[in-house]
Amino acid sequence: MIEIKNLSKTFRTAEGEVEALKDVSLSIPDGDIFGIIGMSGAGKSTLVRTINMLERPTEGSVIIDGVDMGALSEAELRKKRREITMIFQGFNLLMQKTCLDNICFPLRLAGISAPQARERALALLETVGLADKAKAYPAQLSGGQQQRVAIARALATDPKVLLCDEATSALDPTTTASILELIRSINEITGITAILITHQMSVVESICRHVAILDGGVIAEVGEVGEVFSHPKSAAARRLVFPDGDAAASLTRDRDEHILRVVFNGNQATATPLIAHMAVEKGIEANIAYASTKTIDGREFGSMLLGIRGGDNVLREAIGYLTRNPDILAEEVHLDD
Amino acid sequence: MIDKLFAPEVLAEAGDIIRTQFPLAIWETVYVTILSTAFAIIIGLPLGVILVVGEKGGVKPLPAWLMRTLNVVINLLRSVPFLILMVLVFPLTRLIVGTVVGTVASIVPLVIAAFPFVARLAEGSLREVNPNTIEMAQSLGASPMQIITRVMIPESVPSLISNATIAITTILGYSAMSGIIGGGGLGKIAMNYGYYRYKYLIMVAAVVLLIVLVQVFQTVGTHLAVRTDKRLKNKT
Repeated sequence: MIEIKNLSKTFRTAEGEVEALKDVSLSIPDGDIFGIIGMSGAGKSTLVRTINMLERPTEGSVIIDGVDMGALSEAELRKKRREITMIFQGFNLLMQKTCLDNICFPLRLAGISAPQARERALALLETVGLADKAKAYPAQLSGGQQQRVAIARALATDPKVLLCDEATSALDPTTTASILELIRSINEITGITAILITHQMSVVESICRHVAILDGGVIAEVGEVGEVFSHPKSAAARRLVFPDGDAAASLTRDRDEHILRVVFNGNQATATPLIAHMAVEKGIEANIAYASTKTIDGREFGSMLLGIRGGDNVLREAIGYLTRNPDILAEEVHLDD
Repeated sequence: MIDKLFAPEVLAEAGDIIRTQFPLAIWETVYVTILSTAFAIIIGLPLGVILVVGEKGGVKPLPAWLMRTLNVVINLLRSVPFLILMVLVFPLTRLIVGTVVGTVASIVPLVIAAFPFVARLAEGSLREVNPNTIEMAQSLGASPMQIITRVMIPESVPSLISNATIAITTILGYSAMSGIIGGGGLGKIAMNYGYYRYKYLIMVAAVVLLIVLVQVFQTVGTHLAVRTDKRLKNKT
């Protein structure tokens, strides 16, 4: 269990003080895959670095399994860091060392003998699917392969927590998917807690169980991914969750056409031909301007933009009709937002 | 003038001197250069490490006054012309070697002149290490000493070799200068025969040999630097 309590971090720069994090509190249960998402500059990287005290918080505390990380001595902290390892956007491998030696690196730091470290590293290379690359140097590998080596290295000391700092941001979509799949399977097998920092919705959607939305150094919203993504409450969450912002903005519409956003949450909602029913039962004709569905945590989510003609009454009727189903969220989109 | 320079008796005398004196001179130049470089690295490399890790925000920040002093001393030593430095360190040379004249004695001023230079070169190499790589090591629980010995130095080996090559060729040049205070080697021969006795042929021969030595050191150094660098693709 990771508890972040009232954490603040202020950087002093030449232009004055910058508050990167303001009174952040989070609880991350053991074995979870927890996403922290936000735009660049939201404070994500700072937040993840306070967990292993690469950044010392200005105020507040980080408590991991009852241990206050900020209260540890340097030596104790170094030992504790073997339990909370990290992978990075830029992989950060030792470029002058072979893959095998890169994975041995944290083990050797921990004082494990070379033959033992080698044995463990070879097993880990197998786990990440790179058994044939033991003798290769990082420069000879693709980005995805380098990240796999970095994951193997992070797992070498058998950590309880894996911090992923934009770990897939430098990778193409296919490679991203395979790396995320690897993290998910490691989470399933070892029960490791994975904390993913990202600016990509797709990353959170594909593997996270919980998500926190960070906006301007503040937690705007936190909860189960399905819940947050289907019923985003904060403005920051809505900005991130609805990928239709561009679509809505580019709609050319008549003065009397209202734009309605409909979000379906769960299989029950997506299984019904709802728009067709609405046309038949209520006589409301909807013009579908945008639609997408995705699977989050095994559940179907859909989002749609409808153009509805006929004035405010018709719009209200449509919203009333659609939201009879509790798994459906419907709201008017104001384009000047 | 020209035919005088290449007169048979002049050529014969030059050939004689080259045969009898040059082998020892080459040997002296090489061993003084290599020994001085080795000592300069032994002193300069740790100083270079301190310059990088000890600064504010470094891996192991040291007191600001210490860093300032170190920087001032290094800059100071680097600004003294070598010719004057040789004379200035006479007392130290006498203390260490027992005499201020001769080949072995010339090693002391060479080391004093070269180690601050080496420290700056090492500093440059170590600064090239990606800060993200150092952060990675910290995230895995590496101590400052482990970061120095297992990350910073190993990761900058190719660059350190390149810079060691620069150091050794520079020190070779300095060692030729030490002929003035009685240091042996090709420099002394060039001075004694060329400058004092107008035997230009001998001087030219000595200079050509110095050029060849620089070429050899540089070629070997570059080759080693490239060969050790694992960042270059398609190499095993």
